[in-house]
Amino acid sequence: MKVSVLVFPGSNCDQDCRHVCEKVFGCSVEMVWHRETKLPPTDLVVIPGGFSYGDYLRAGAIARFAPIMAAVQEHAENGGLVFGICNGFQILLEAGMLPGAMRMNKDRRFICKDIHLKVENHESAFSSAIPEGKTLKVPIAHHEGNWVASEETYQRVIDQGQILFRYATAEGELTPESNPNGSMGNVAGLINSQGNVLGMMPHPERASETELGITDGSYIFESILQNFNQRASSIVS
Amino acid sequence: MKVEVVVLPRRGILDPQGKTISEALGNTGFSGVSSVRAGKFFELEIEAESAAQAKEAGAEMARTLLANPVTEDFRVLIPSE
Repeated sequence: MKVSVLVFPGSNCDQDCRHVCEKVFGCSVEMVWHRETKLPPTDLVVIPGGFSYGDYLRAGAIARFAPIMAAVQEHAENGGLVFGICNGFQILLEAGMLPGAMRMNKDRRFICKDIHLKVENHESAFSSAIPEGKTLKVPIAHHEGNWVASEETYQRVIDQGQILFRYATAEGELTPESNPNGSMGNVAGLINSQGNVLGMMPHPERASETELGITDGSYIFESILQNFNQRASSIVS
Repeated sequence: MKVEVVVLPRRGILDPQGKTISEALGNTGFSGVSSVRAGKFFELEIEAESAAQAKEAGAEMARTLLANPVTEDFRVLIPSE
């Protein structure tokens, strides 16, 4: 699987994303600078975390207009996979590639800790390898993770199965205490209606190796790879 | 031509900064402040042939970049000096 990891001025999780895709999952990875107008041959675009453009104006507000983003939109329109992590999720929201918007965490603090996610949809290309009933333990590190949408949009997103991950207890219960930032409905990760674009605030690329003692993030990468390999082999045969 | 754009969180959306500032005002001894919305103020120098044109340009910039329509409202003013 060919992966393109975008790099904006201020991105800082791009190397972690490259490392996991390349060294842990054996994909070929290209780093793509924001000023490029074309993507190399790509199956999966990863939009990494960090502080693109310093989070000036609003997190992701300026990155969404970077030259490379037109190519990313086209890639998504053609069914290509896009995976936005943290600032990547914020960029996808600002670009209108995912519904809703981000606000500052309700307690106004930058939060850096491990949390648990309940998986709401096991059918997507990003979650099919996650065992039923498994909650994922993954780290978050953000100041603007408080997702919000209009009541109408929120209902539509629920009806269409677009909510992938919600903050929960280790046992998978959705409680206010398990929601670190006040996001609507404890939403931590969403897909688009087509199912090929995922945005999530937690960092699975920091939780995919046994050496780090936290590995649930790898289920997401495994899902992507499995689905890609299945699609590829069905095209060949 | 100088154009001012004010961007504020939409009413009904939790504004953590506004809420904090409102509480701080209370703690500093100012009673009677029932709400605070904290936003952003942009002062733009725009080339335009008329105030109306400048205002519309400012609004377009606000719609496209300066404000997030999901969470923010904006207004555009031509300051009278």
